[in-house]
Amino acid sequence: MSKTIEEINEKIKQGKAVVFTAEEIIDVVKKEGIKTAAKKVDVVTTGTFGPMCSSGAFLNLGHTKPRMRISKAWLNDVEVFCGIAAVDLYIGATQITQNDSANSLHPGSFQYGGGHLIEDLVAGKRIKVKALSYGTQEYPRKELTGSFTINDINDAFLFNPRNCYQNYNVAVNTSKEKLYTYLGVLKPDMGNANYCSAGQLSPLLNDPDFRTIGIGTRIFLGGGIGYVVWPGTQHNPGGLRNEKGVPRSGAGTLAVLGDLKQMKPQWLRGTSVLGYGVSLTVGIGIPIPIIDEDIFRQTCITDADILAPIVDYALDYPELSGRILAEIDYASLKSGVIKIGRKKIPTFPISSYVKAREIAQSLKSWIEHGKFFLTHPSAALPGKDSGVKFKRFGGKYR
Amino acid sequence: MSVSQKVVLRYPPSLTEKPVVYELVKKYNIMFNILKARFSADDKEGLLVLELSGTNTSLKKGFDYLHKLGVKTELLSQDIVRNENKCVHCGVCSAVCPTNAFYVKSPEMYVTLEMARCIGCEECLKVCPYNAIEISFDIK
Repeated sequence: MSKTIEEINEKIKQGKAVVFTAEEIIDVVKKEGIKTAAKKVDVVTTGTFGPMCSSGAFLNLGHTKPRMRISKAWLNDVEVFCGIAAVDLYIGATQITQNDSANSLHPGSFQYGGGHLIEDLVAGKRIKVKALSYGTQEYPRKELTGSFTINDINDAFLFNPRNCYQNYNVAVNTSKEKLYTYLGVLKPDMGNANYCSAGQLSPLLNDPDFRTIGIGTRIFLGGGIGYVVWPGTQHNPGGLRNEKGVPRSGAGTLAVLGDLKQMKPQWLRGTSVLGYGVSLTVGIGIPIPIIDEDIFRQTCITDADILAPIVDYALDYPELSGRILAEIDYASLKSGVIKIGRKKIPTFPISSYVKAREIAQSLKSWIEHGKFFLTHPSAALPGKDSGVKFKRFGGKYR
Repeated sequence: MSVSQKVVLRYPPSLTEKPVVYELVKKYNIMFNILKARFSADDKEGLLVLELSGTNTSLKKGFDYLHKLGVKTELLSQDIVRNENKCVHCGVCSAVCPTNAFYVKSPEMYVTLEMARCIGCEECLKVCPYNAIEISFDIK
């Protein structure tokens, strides 16, 4: 059996496409078997909702009168990048406010930053702007103080260089001190293990070889429509895989882009991580077109099939030692307790499975109602045999 | 029948030297367990979070006594609220909650709040990435 994207889109147009989420499909297959279900199903939808630090947004404010080539700017006291054309800016999700005391009183609480700014912008809130320029002959203005909303400016698009990690570390702490990390609070003596993946619902775990997800794939992004535009930074498809071909560590990532003006603040949430900083929690959902039985088989993956590495964030992560303590599957992680050796450790999620499910459901509903059509990738993402590898810093340093 | 309530007491500085809790025990036969005690920096208000146990009648009399003295009382459950619009059910709070008042319900993975287990320690407030925990018993 095989189907083309065009055939699937035709069924979507007629309101006849058969769509399940990557969670629902597991039960469907249990009841009907792979072969029968594969013939029936047209699309499997995935979802993920977690802090994705490598996120940000490009804005074009529109020109002031007289013109200004902004060289430094702050939006709601968050410094933004201005080293591009006159009134183009980039908001980075992890930028903290200029007067934040950061970790000088550890752990810092990081109440506001780039992620919150993006959420406020999408929510239509009024944003304070302060900008400076050195002044040029054609751009004479040197100072700007004012405010705007997303509707007042020309462009606002989300451009996240690294989102949607295929798989992720499970963090523990073997030291005697409490740790405050981007994977939450880690109690001493491996008092807890924190994980961060939607597991069986996660987009790149349902198409582990990037057979349907590629450059140009249309996706659910921040409650609106976006696109995969490139492999994400640190894309590392060549890592270890299990017998089902599923990566056993971080592996693939995506760079994604979409018009911020049609996104929803509920799916782009400013995030304050105690002792770490600020981030943006991003909602992403990717449809997997069931073009053949092989890809269908891969979307039927369950939490029990997916392994994640347990990493010590007291020593091995900061020191980049590459050591992993053990591997554990997501079914065990989601049960609330795992065992390392003879030690029982309670587990806690950092990303929201509940919201990942909601995203997969929304995307399913868009497709069923003919509001979302599937795309052919324009080019493939580098796959497991591409030789693309995650490198340590290869430059010189002391 | 003995009942148990977690209560936030706020009292004026004039009462800081009065053995209020002792009186609750002695006069009204109320058992107490201190969950939290604080004074504001400028000595304008004292705050006590107690778990009080006794019969319905004794508790009522005890509260009347406190109110007469000028102590304001609120149930802890009214003072700690999870803002459902902000909560994303991630589970960060459950990792630090010492009494499992916040816990992740597997396999649905909803973060559930069992208020009866809450002791008002505020750990969840500090770690919630989305500012979804609202506590009103902080000293104003």
